[in-house]
Amino acid sequence: MKLFEYRGKELFDKYGIAVPNGKLATGEKDFSNLNFPLVLKAQVPIGGRGKAGGIKTTKNLKDAKEKLSQIIGLDIRGYKVGKVLAEEMANIKKELYMSISLDRSKRMPLIMASASGGMDIESVPDDKIFKEWINPLIGIQSFNIRSIVSRLGLEKEETKQVSIVLSKIYKLFREYDCELVEINPLIINIEGEAMALDSKVIINDDAMFRHTDVEPELTELTPLEKDAKEKGIAFVQLGGNIGVIANGAGLTMATLDALTHFKGEGGVFLDLGGTDDPEKVKQAFELMKKAKPKVIFLNLFGGITKCDTVATGVKSVITKEGIDCPVITRIKGMNEDAAKEILKDAGLITATTLQDAAKRSSDLAGGK
Amino acid sequence: MAIFVDEKNKVLVQGATGHQGVFHISEMLGFGTKVVAGVTPGKAGQDVKGVPIFNTVHDGVEETGADTSLILVPARFAKDAVFEALDAGIKTVVTITENIPFHDTMEFVHYAKYNDALLIGPNCPGIASPGKTKIGILPGSIFLEGNVGVASRSGTLTYEIVNSLKEKDIGQSTCVGLGGDPIIGTTFIDSLIAFEEDKNTRAVVLVGEIGGTAEEDAAEYIKENISKPVFAFIAGRTAPPGKRMGHAGAIIARGKGTAKSKIESFKKADVKLAKFPTDIADLVEEFV
Repeated sequence: MKLFEYRGKELFDKYGIAVPNGKLATGEKDFSNLNFPLVLKAQVPIGGRGKAGGIKTTKNLKDAKEKLSQIIGLDIRGYKVGKVLAEEMANIKKELYMSISLDRSKRMPLIMASASGGMDIESVPDDKIFKEWINPLIGIQSFNIRSIVSRLGLEKEETKQVSIVLSKIYKLFREYDCELVEINPLIINIEGEAMALDSKVIINDDAMFRHTDVEPELTELTPLEKDAKEKGIAFVQLGGNIGVIANGAGLTMATLDALTHFKGEGGVFLDLGGTDDPEKVKQAFELMKKAKPKVIFLNLFGGITKCDTVATGVKSVITKEGIDCPVITRIKGMNEDAAKEILKDAGLITATTLQDAAKRSSDLAGGK
Repeated sequence: MAIFVDEKNKVLVQGATGHQGVFHISEMLGFGTKVVAGVTPGKAGQDVKGVPIFNTVHDGVEETGADTSLILVPARFAKDAVFEALDAGIKTVVTITENIPFHDTMEFVHYAKYNDALLIGPNCPGIASPGKTKIGILPGSIFLEGNVGVASRSGTLTYEIVNSLKEKDIGQSTCVGLGGDPIIGTTFIDSLIAFEEDKNTRAVVLVGEIGGTAEEDAAEYIKENISKPVFAFIAGRTAPPGKRMGHAGAIIARGKGTAKSKIESFKKADVKLAKFPTDIADLVEEFV
């Protein structure tokens, strides 16, 4: 779960990492306790908001009100701005970059730091980014901190300040089950204090059960994806017009790939998982219908899951509630013959191979 | 011969008395697996399909000599379960559980390493050496004893591929389900090392998907170290960046982990790639 900047900064504040004095602003009253000049920042879960007009500086109240109304409601790459963070402008002496993420290959937290902060880290050359891996069983040690912070070219007091920030964000990273904690830029202000001007915090969805203090943020999902998430169904909306229902993530992906091969395009990814529970199958079809695909492609491999049980579930949904688009099915594995009979009986098209089914679905969808 | 597990493994099941536990103990016994013990706290003295249940892994190991554990407990208890198994001296841990917080996985993966234990998973279907043993939830009916090694990040897709091998009478030495999470204990490279050494394995099939760099790392390793023919399928060629495609690990993030990069790496390592999952069997058949 990706937190908005202001929520990430609330966590920073909780861990004693300095952030600019600021407030979520909805109108004039919210500026009263802040000292101008201010920075107004649109709260959206994606980058590039500055270029899209989502960040503005302002020197007085009249101007602030006007700019606030310009930002609220702005569309930034598909996200409508609902919240704006107003912050006192910092006096920047140095801009650094610092993050902790997961290194999948080494299976360790990876600290990255650079003296070239304030810009997109992807555009910073590799030799200007310093890395340090932390053994998760022993945690961050002083030598780890020395090793990375000493390479940033800081003065003595700055080194001390940045070291403290690093040990605090590591604590935050581990205690809140983060996938990413990123501060860009981490500044040294002219008063010599280290301060986080931005925050990017992503909490691992699987660990949300132990962070009941963090309110879930579902802003990145479409309404149907939200609905699916509440029902515990893996469901992703894509660009095309063919709805894919399969069991297992890998098989669902392979099915989408096969459609593309035949010039079709997947519109929905729906993974039934290991279930053959008729209720789940019913929910899956209902969700799929709401997504209004031109064709539905059901691709199943029955290992432990019995094909005929799933087929019975499918048949009951279709005979009870009807379906207004063609459904192509391809069933393989445990009890496949019985399953095919049931599906044929329900008036669905049964294909023999994955290729055959993918081609027929793509053709019916009009090749686009 | 087989890799990682064979008929000698004495299996203890953690989370043995739940619906999944009972079903899969029965399936494993049917496959010929030596299931010797089950653990569910508070249920010592009971049995599941004749397998005795203990309160702790220590008790189970002491009484039965179990050396392998199958973890079927819910995600929030999984870390504790793996630590308990390792602490009791278990040397092979197969973790089926999905949705384990990755910070937990990170810890037990490292703890397994310090204990010289083999950890497979998490979020995986398990491992099977046909004719010898099956530790996990893979359907027994898809396998045939033989000479092709399979290692996969996926579940059903693996069943599909293994089943299509069987339909062409191509048997398997061992099929390892590595798991679909961002952090897993046993990787493609670990499997390749073992398959290369195994005299009974003549060819290797890898089933990968988008996300991470495990396939690229494997390709580099194959170039220098693997003499046996390797075949591969990669799922997710059409997945858009930033969307999590079912598995927590299957996501193209920050431009990394695309199918294109994986396919190109494999091509450079002379790995034969299949367009459709069921094509793998045709490619392998030509070789055999």
